[in-house]
Amino acid sequence: MISVYHYMTVSAILFAMGTYGVLTRRNAIVIFMCIELMLNSVNLTFIALSNHLQSMDGQIFVFFVMTVAAAEAAVGLALMIAFYRNRESIDVDNINLMKL
Amino acid sequence: MEIIFFYLVALVAVVSGFLVIRCQSPVNSALGLVNTFFCLAIFYVMLHAPFMAAIQIMVYAGAIMVLILFVIMLLNLGTEARKSYTHGIVWSAIASLLVLCNVIYFIKRGRVTGAEGDITDFTVQSVGHVELIGKTMFTEFLLPFEIASILLLVAIVGAVVLAKKEV
Repeated sequence: MISVYHYMTVSAILFAMGTYGVLTRRNAIVIFMCIELMLNSVNLTFIALSNHLQSMDGQIFVFFVMTVAAAEAAVGLALMIAFYRNRESIDVDNINLMKL
Repeated sequence: MEIIFFYLVALVAVVSGFLVIRCQSPVNSALGLVNTFFCLAIFYVMLHAPFMAAIQIMVYAGAIMVLILFVIMLLNLGTEARKSYTHGIVWSAIASLLVLCNVIYFIKRGRVTGAEGDITDFTVQSVGHVELIGKTMFTEFLLPFEIASILLLVAIVGAVVLAKKEV
């Protein structure tokens, strides 16, 4: 029988992998995709708990997480295009304009 | 039978997640991410949330990933030159392992409790998932729903302003 703990373990593994990707990758778009991976693992936790506790609230939160992720995708990718126009790359090592 | 299927889907999800963080080419990472999204959609169906599965595929695998792939193709990103950041990789591995151990520890030691609602799997199947979500969203969560629409408006304006050559 599948319990809620199974789903939460999968979600934890995905979240840790997303963390690793965010910290190691240099390409801004790949970092962005790793953040999406982390958001999705949190969504899985929300839906598993919502099913476990027999309530609808968790799924509404997933709805709002998806809204925020869509807004973040639009603004983040526009930022990357603006940055690429200046620097001809989206390597995060080159993003140092505000460094002292 | 169900547990075997669960482990199979979980394995595919984790392997595709691994592809996301290890592939050299961003396009391969994006395809791995789409695969993970589909596996998560299967999980949502197994958790009796079919509407969420449909939204996951339409919004994430459809809209957001197409946007990301479009930008990857537009910027013509090749494989990234892998530099030797050994200490960075070690510290990141330690950090993510700490996160993983922390969460696994709490999952193993803790017990999930909370205020239980009255929406059982049977209710979801007889009333319908979309109707239940709609009822909750347009009664209890009406104000957050309206705020989300403002957030989307801000995102549209922000994306247009940022991507324009001169404002």
